[in-house]
Amino acid sequence: MSDAVAVETHDHGAVHADQLEPSLTPGNLGKLGMWTFLAGDAMTFGAGIAAYGALRINNPNWPTPADYLGITTTAVMTFILICSSVTMVEALDGVQHGMQSKFRTFMALTVLGGLLFLGMQAFEWHHLLTEKGMSVQRDLFDATFFILTGFHGCHVFGGVVYNTVLLIRGMMGKIPQAKAGLVEVAGLYWHFVDLVWILIFTFIYLI
Amino acid sequence: MTTQAAVSGYEVEHSGPNYIAVFIYLAVLTGIELGVYAMGLPQVAKVGLLVALAWAKAVLVAMYFMHLAMEKRALAIIAIVPVVLVTFLCFMLLPDLTTRMWTKFDHKIKVTNAAEMGANPVAPPPVKVPPH
Repeated sequence: MSDAVAVETHDHGAVHADQLEPSLTPGNLGKLGMWTFLAGDAMTFGAGIAAYGALRINNPNWPTPADYLGITTTAVMTFILICSSVTMVEALDGVQHGMQSKFRTFMALTVLGGLLFLGMQAFEWHHLLTEKGMSVQRDLFDATFFILTGFHGCHVFGGVVYNTVLLIRGMMGKIPQAKAGLVEVAGLYWHFVDLVWILIFTFIYLI
Repeated sequence: MTTQAAVSGYEVEHSGPNYIAVFIYLAVLTGIELGVYAMGLPQVAKVGLLVALAWAKAVLVAMYFMHLAMEKRALAIIAIVPVVLVTFLCFMLLPDLTTRMWTKFDHKIKVTNAAEMGANPVAPPPVKVPPH
């Protein structure tokens, strides 16, 4: 492996990452792309959370979250999302070792975890909208809550779709060990969604 | 759990961490978070502890589930830069927000048109500003 910057290749135009700059690129360019996307997404969520903090700290009349929000339900949701992260990383481990059945089982469990989270989120939203009378138009506490958790929920939904597609393709036998990078990239997205939820849960529900 | 198999097009260079151990740490940290929340500490202590615990969990997920600990350093730069910038975002406005009145806004006011934006019919009590 040399430090050559020339992109002359051995195999008909396919450029491998290690022929460019080995110290800067990972073995999988998809990983680099996904990390870059997640960095941007982290800025978006960060801006949302910073705005929430700026609005809240400046307002002595901000309601106590526990008066409106279900802390126990959300703690269970957090636990479910953490479990789905574990199943995702086990699914990746399965496909990396060529264990297709492990990959499919744990991928299915990850999708299930995501669906459970979305279902519980929808249940909580329904409860808050109908019984507690919260709404985006009512006040800033409601607006920041629904916008932050809704934006995150959209990310979870996208991740569930992404994982379901991989699961279906895996069941069709189209994700062999050589394509484990696809699952790794999906895993990065899913862990990011979990990570953001950990922060949202702390800032909106607990603090 | 070594993963030394070199497969065409995809080579795994590192051995995997113990994911179950990381999961147990995460579950324990979540439990501690809920305990701190339920303890009824003074707000500053509660906020400090909860933020520290949340960041510990986030770092665990990033390092071991997202394999950041095993990646090349350059990739960690992509991950760390937004953290630095977001922390800056969260703190940069605090001196302005906490010492001036200009963004005091009663959260219960329903804003229905642009003319009302910024106006606060429920005026906060007058604050004595010391002469400069």
